[in-house]
Amino acid sequence: MKVTVDQERCVAAGSCVTAADDVFDQRDEDGIVVLLNPAPTADRAAAVREAAAICPALAITVEEGRP
Amino acid sequence: MTDIHDYDITRDARCPLDPAPAMLARLAEGPLTRVRMWDGSTPWLITGHTAHREALGCPAVSVEPGRGAPALSPHEAAAITAAAAQPQEPGANTSFIMMDDPEHARLRRMVTGAFTIKRMNALRPVVQQIADDLIDAMLDGPNPTDLVPSFALPLPSLAISALLGVPYGDHEFFQDNSKLLINRDTSAEDRNAARARLTDYLDGLLAGKMKDPGEDLLSGLVERINAGELTRAGAASMGVLMLFAGHETTANMIALGTLALLQHPDQARLLRDGDDPGLTGTAVEELLRFLTITHGGLRRVATEDIVVAGQTIRAGEPMIVVNETANRDPEIFADPDRLDLTRDARLHATFGYGIHQCLGQPLARLELQIAYPALLRRVPSLRIAAEIDEIPFKHDGFVYGAYRLPVAW
Repeated sequence: MKVTVDQERCVAAGSCVTAADDVFDQRDEDGIVVLLNPAPTADRAAAVREAAAICPALAITVEEGRP
Repeated sequence: MTDIHDYDITRDARCPLDPAPAMLARLAEGPLTRVRMWDGSTPWLITGHTAHREALGCPAVSVEPGRGAPALSPHEAAAITAAAAQPQEPGANTSFIMMDDPEHARLRRMVTGAFTIKRMNALRPVVQQIADDLIDAMLDGPNPTDLVPSFALPLPSLAISALLGVPYGDHEFFQDNSKLLINRDTSAEDRNAARARLTDYLDGLLAGKMKDPGEDLLSGLVERINAGELTRAGAASMGVLMLFAGHETTANMIALGTLALLQHPDQARLLRDGDDPGLTGTAVEELLRFLTITHGGLRRVATEDIVVAGQTIRAGEPMIVVNETANRDPEIFADPDRLDLTRDARLHATFGYGIHQCLGQPLARLELQIAYPALLRRVPSLRIAAEIDEIPFKHDGFVYGAYRLPVAW
């Protein structure tokens, strides 16, 4: 899967980090999302999909099926 | 339009942990209906989970006073009129939860750095120590006792005081004034007076941090003032928001969650004796969903024509977006009226949704993930020392909870 994040939309709720802290992190100064891994392996797909689903700002986009 | 029901958030005294029957009845009618308000107006009532996200996630929706969001009570109408009459200086005596983007985002981002998951993880031993010390003191004190002043309220008060840099010794002052802010029945006059007292107090603390800065959140706001990014009045009102929102909410969740757990002994046993380290996190999300202390609806108005649940809401039309019914929507949560600590409840609406979703939620999660297991494990014989109808619930609160929770062990 291919993951992208929109730092402009992000509201720094931190939900994505609680779902997948190996894929998402936060900037120290304002908590805005930082993408650690734009191409997570298949075993992380469920956690990444959950991160996208719970993001209150729709700031995470997941494209399935791409490496 | 003769079948429009009244907006009624009165809970059933026999089921005080469930949403108001009238709100659940609106959800059963569909995700979006109209309700009649105290002033005769008929805003949209958005009760379904998907519709809740559509409405709160939509950029063409405003929360700002004076743009037409409905007032849920006469007191609120008076407060909105007063707020809308104020000069629109950025941050002047109003907090960013009442602002739209882009100013909302600019101000919110000044404080979100204090609530990152990394910082919360660093705070975990501090909060654990707070919980353990409070339980030690409770066990040394009278039995039965009231869980609210002995555990539920001081735990988040101590944590938010440390994070903000507010002296905990002043807790009676800020707790008493926060109670006025969070009560629906507080008159606009008394609410403004309480807010003014808290604002003055925070302004005094900011003055102290200017001379002697620390590592806390208020000292961070002083840097923003010095950089010309924030007015001192704006910083004080932000401090008020975080101080009262930072303890009144979690305190109610700790008390009500404890009550819910003790009412469901099989669920309490899971949390106390279970060996799944992930269960605590899952359980906290489910308690947040089940209890929805942030009840009664969020006020919004459409700024353009928008579509929610397939229905066009015209520009200028007011709406009330309801967290507690979204959390009981059977399309999202199977058997929604059942407390099931093992279910995946992460999609719950308790923190709201969209750009205004609770910014303190990582701190609330940390506090709750520590509070419930600490209480259940260290006081395994804990029980409610009152009949359910003797517990005074906060039917009059913007945030639901219990004024007192008698417990024994």
